[in-house]
Amino acid sequence: MPARRLADQFESLEKQEHAAKFGLWVFLASEILLFAALFGLYTAYRLMYPAEFARAAGHNNVAIGTINTLILITSSATVALALWAVRGGLKRLASGLVLFSIGCGVLFLILKGVEYNQHFQAGIFPGEAYRNAELTGHGAELFFNLYYLITGLHAIHVIVGLVVLCWLAEGSLRGRFGPGNQARFELGTLYWHLVDIVWIFVWPLLYLLRE
Amino acid sequence: MNELLRRLLFLPQQSSTMAESIDELHYFVIITTMLGALLVTLVGGWFLLRYREGRIQTHPHDYDIGAKPPLWMKVAAVFALFTLFVVWWAIGMRQYLELRIAPQGAFEVEVVAKQWMWKYTYPEGGRSIAALYVPAGRPVKLTLTSRDVIHSFYVPEFRIKQDVVPGRFTTVWFEAKAAGVYEILCTEYCGTGHSVMRGQVIALEPGDFDRWLEGEDLGAPVAGPRYEQPWVVGNTAPAQELDLVRTGERAASTQGCLRCHSVDGTPHIGPTWAGLYGSVVPLEGGGKALVDAAYITESMMDPLVKMHAGFAPLMPSYLGRIRSGETAAIIAFIKSLRNVPPEPVAPTPSNDGGAP
Amino acid sequence: MSEERDYRDDPGGTSPFDQANLSFPPDYLRDGRGIRSWLLTTDHKRIGVMFYAIIVLMLGLGGIFALLIRTELLTPERTVMSASAYNRFFTLHGVVMVFLFMIPSIPNVFGNFLLPIMIGARDLAFPRLNLASFYVYCVGSTVTLAAAIWGGVDTGWTFYVPYSTSTESSVFLVAVGIFILGISSILTALNFIVTTHTLRAEGMRWLDMPLFVWAIYATSIIMLLATPVLGLTLVLVALDRIAHIGMFDPRLGGDPVLFQHLFWFYSHPAVYIMILPAMGVISETVCTFSKKPPSSYWAIAISSLGIAFVGFFGWGHHMFVAGMSEIDAGIFGALSMFVAIFSAIKVFTWTATLYRGNITFTTPMLYFFWFLFLFTFGGMTGVAVATQSLDVHWHDTYFVVAHFHFIMVGGTITAFVGAAHYWFPIMFGRMYSERMGLLTSTSVFFGFLFTFVPQFLLGNAGMPRRYYSYPPRYQWLNVVSTGGAYLLAGALLLTLINLLVALKWGKRATPNPWGSRSFEWMTAAIPIKHNFETPPVISRGPYDYHLSEEQAHARTKAR
Repeated sequence: MPARRLADQFESLEKQEHAAKFGLWVFLASEILLFAALFGLYTAYRLMYPAEFARAAGHNNVAIGTINTLILITSSATVALALWAVRGGLKRLASGLVLFSIGCGVLFLILKGVEYNQHFQAGIFPGEAYRNAELTGHGAELFFNLYYLITGLHAIHVIVGLVVLCWLAEGSLRGRFGPGNQARFELGTLYWHLVDIVWIFVWPLLYLLRE
Repeated sequence: MNELLRRLLFLPQQSSTMAESIDELHYFVIITTMLGALLVTLVGGWFLLRYREGRIQTHPHDYDIGAKPPLWMKVAAVFALFTLFVVWWAIGMRQYLELRIAPQGAFEVEVVAKQWMWKYTYPEGGRSIAALYVPAGRPVKLTLTSRDVIHSFYVPEFRIKQDVVPGRFTTVWFEAKAAGVYEILCTEYCGTGHSVMRGQVIALEPGDFDRWLEGEDLGAPVAGPRYEQPWVVGNTAPAQELDLVRTGERAASTQGCLRCHSVDGTPHIGPTWAGLYGSVVPLEGGGKALVDAAYITESMMDPLVKMHAGFAPLMPSYLGRIRSGETAAIIAFIKSLRNVPPEPVAPTPSNDGGAP
Repeated sequence: MSEERDYRDDPGGTSPFDQANLSFPPDYLRDGRGIRSWLLTTDHKRIGVMFYAIIVLMLGLGGIFALLIRTELLTPERTVMSASAYNRFFTLHGVVMVFLFMIPSIPNVFGNFLLPIMIGARDLAFPRLNLASFYVYCVGSTVTLAAAIWGGVDTGWTFYVPYSTSTESSVFLVAVGIFILGISSILTALNFIVTTHTLRAEGMRWLDMPLFVWAIYATSIIMLLATPVLGLTLVLVALDRIAHIGMFDPRLGGDPVLFQHLFWFYSHPAVYIMILPAMGVISETVCTFSKKPPSSYWAIAISSLGIAFVGFFGWGHHMFVAGMSEIDAGIFGALSMFVAIFSAIKVFTWTATLYRGNITFTTPMLYFFWFLFLFTFGGMTGVAVATQSLDVHWHDTYFVVAHFHFIMVGGTITAFVGAAHYWFPIMFGRMYSERMGLLTSTSVFFGFLFTFVPQFLLGNAGMPRRYYSYPPRYQWLNVVSTGGAYLLAGALLLTLINLLVALKWGKRATPNPWGSRSFEWMTAAIPIKHNFETPPVISRGPYDYHLSEEQAHARTKAR
């Protein structure tokens, strides 16, 4: 398999890979702050409209939410297994596992789409277009705005993550990653783990804290 | 001493009961700040001079790479600063709580801010625009909200300020020490008219105030410095109609008309009154109208029905808010300006201060 | 072969005609000719220089807006423009100065150029990401300035809702522009953090790094963690404008004050992004020109981290009268004052470093002297406005404007220009005229004083910010301030001209013209593309003035 090219500024390949991994962790820290801003807003409004938020959360489909959580956790596990496979030189197993994770991600987005559709049918749109007659009140509208914002931002990250996973799948199949050469692969898996972890915080806030 | 420092620091008069103690903290903090900065700079400057290269060449033993201030000095400096900050914070916090929590029995007024005016509603229904009438020597509590964007109610002479937020109520209180006129300035940027969204707190002696509250027109001029308006009417009113015109001028001020209408031709939020009476003006939606007493009255009671073209629909209705005597006086006032020529370099009316 | 050469033998600054005869590697300016070698470079020094050019342009642009504002304020009523034009100009002055100049200035110019050299690295950890950061900055600036041209923005740089979500100006475009600039910021910060952690030369522990590196490192942490919050907040404003998703709209039950919390969560740490690098510059110049180590290295390094950390918890002091609870106000006030203790520790340490030093009085040192006064005074007025009851009077008046200009101009720009002079030899291989430098520096200082001291008094007198027209009694102070502004602008222009003249006609620089011990001066007069022929091995501290220059070089070289 092709040797990794050592860049000029690094003394050794090992240091270069360590820097890349560290860099990704640093980047993930900024991503966490991005979501934290939305979570902060959620917290503030929840404290302002506790009953309405609980009622509105009750309207969310907790089944889909929970299934989606399990899907993402599973996909994180398979992606971690794929890294193990890459380390062991098991090219086809690795790419198979990554493809499975991609499938999970796609399924996640499909289920999200189903859920959005359910909301649209009930007249629950973001912003001014909100039309639901049953869950009226500012708190409910704000809850659903936050719902769309948080899941929307998360979905964008899922899509980016899927692109990264495709690159991982292709790379492991083509043999660009292998034992002793899995640094970049690991970076990709780290990003996917972030996508999963953010959702683990989203799930209780939007689905479980209901009346 | 207080007065000397107040003037040196350009602080306004201390016209509220809280102002003097706030200013005392101000002096403490600012003087310490200035002395501290000066001290650091002088010491630094002295070192720069004393240990300059040229001098070290002739006094090489003064140069000591390892020279450091002793630990006790560092600790003392930090400790002193920390203590100073704690003291300032404590006094500031106590005063802040006093500023925020109105005393019992305060006279309450509701304030609505909207682009670009202040509107007041008094208990038992009285109303005014721009001029806030309050009793002097008694705490006054304002409950404020906004109709549109965030504004901020600021009376420098009272040292009070409170943001006015749409969708919620905020409160502020003050007690004017003496009767007088005190300027109100909007101090949260709110658009084109932000810097002209001003007003006055008119504090009256308790007796006068009660009479005002009952609807009496106070003949005697209000004590205290007159708020300087940018557009000053003075010598252009015809002599024989002076009394009605003067009343009209005063009414135009207290009713808030002069917030939007200039009297010397300067373009502003509303049409200028200079040269207006007797002219023919274009209307929004086509057509023209002659500006006579009937038109002016209708414009005051139902401003949007025959609106002067080229201006934003901002004028509130004065129906039920102004006595017919005042209406007549204002009309007389406008009439008295019919020969005032607009300023020669005045641009077209709608671009300066008009809403987009 | 090159290990035997003594870098001090290199006369430095070779002319292009000599290049063919040189066996010695050319310096970074001449290593690769043509515009493509610049636009596609991954050399951190060239990227720093490209940033330099654009950032100085942005400073000029922001300065022009400032002069327009000040000219309008010469008279109480209309002077040269309408109210709506004025509102656009003060907004743009703020936006350009904060986002296009101040935030990137010292980090992206001097941080880029010097960080790798100071830690003995050949480049940053991610050179291509560095170039990307530059181009993202260019795109963001273009979009932001497009908003200025296409309708302008009249919200103030703080974009308070509901005004920013309802005004007709180009808020959407400017929000997008600043969001993009934020990405550039985050990428730079990431690069600096990883570089500092992973690319230090052999033998260089954290406590051997120059203090400028500590400053840039602390700045990068703030940039990394605070900028995403601003990005998201502006996205929410943009979404409100195009899709009416009103997270802060009171008509939909939203709270406009929450916008302020989110906005200031970034924008308060942002001011520490602006001042920490300046403090780093000061630390370097003071030590070099006193020929002494800092009187406490540890104090300066740790206080940089302290400012970065505590700075995250003070944002509420912008909202004392916005309608927050008294307890919150008390906490924010206390924490805001606390940060000043760290700054005071630095001021004390710098002054103590001068004590019994051997001081060369150069232009950078004069800038340090102005900084000492202006930053100390400005910083203490910061503690003053953190005093809650006093802030009730001062909030949103010219007092606050004066306070932050004392820090941003009197602090950061003073240090920026000082850095421009200090590192001029190593960046361009030339020396500037010292006499002109001292003269222009003095005029900058006095121009500054005349501009901003009257504004403290205007604030005391009650003149609010962002006022197009004002009560006539404020006029004469405004006139003095405007006069000062023109003086300041002229002085800064002269300063720039002095440096531009030096670029072409300045005396050629020798390596380490200041006799510093800091690591960046151990290279050739102008560093080569990869900074060092062989990676240095460090066996000394950055301020070891007890060593001779020869000994210092010896302990920086590869064995």
